[in-house]
Amino acid sequence: MAEKVLTSKEPKTPFRVWAPIVAIGWLIPGGGHFLQKRALRGALLLFSVAAMFFFGLAMRGPLFQPQKGDLLTMIIYCGGYIAPIFSGAIYGLASAFGYNQPDVAGHVHDYGTKFLVAAGLLNILAMVDAYEIATGKKD
Amino acid sequence: MPKMNLSHFEAAILFALFTSIVLGVVTKKTDKERLQYGLYCFGCFVGTVFGLGWLMYLGHG
Repeated sequence: MAEKVLTSKEPKTPFRVWAPIVAIGWLIPGGGHFLQKRALRGALLLFSVAAMFFFGLAMRGPLFQPQKGDLLTMIIYCGGYIAPIFSGAIYGLASAFGYNQPDVAGHVHDYGTKFLVAAGLLNILAMVDAYEIATGKKD
Repeated sequence: MPKMNLSHFEAAILFALFTSIVLGVVTKKTDKERLQYGLYCFGCFVGTVFGLGWLMYLGHG
């Protein structure tokens, strides 16, 4: 049976089309969906990411600062620093208004940290979804 | 900023809820599929919480 080699000849979506959508999606969770008239999905994403970030702050989760040391420390602290940044403006406001907490022991603080990091990671998923809608890969 | 003291269970359920909503919204193509997948993810999270909870309880003896 002869196998068909598929070559992608579809025209690529220009950078200037999807970049603003992804950028807005980063700044405001779900913003990319709002721009593309997917209001319900955008609202659900905004609610989930913002609520998760809010609960993380309310549980006194710390916003990590990058640290050097052994590999594991670097991964944890650099990852913990980078991931919440993807929450966008919420992260900027929380940092600007001084909601950063010291890293203390306790399961509530620990959950808070995870919530803050997960909020950023969930917003990355939302940004990818907005990108795929903008480029026509998804409805 | 209000301070919250949630139990392990409450925090895990909240985490499961928000994560399931996002996973449901971004993965599937129709609204029905999204709802079903969101509920499925939430069920998996909750099932895992109970499963691991019992495992740790029995493991501690």
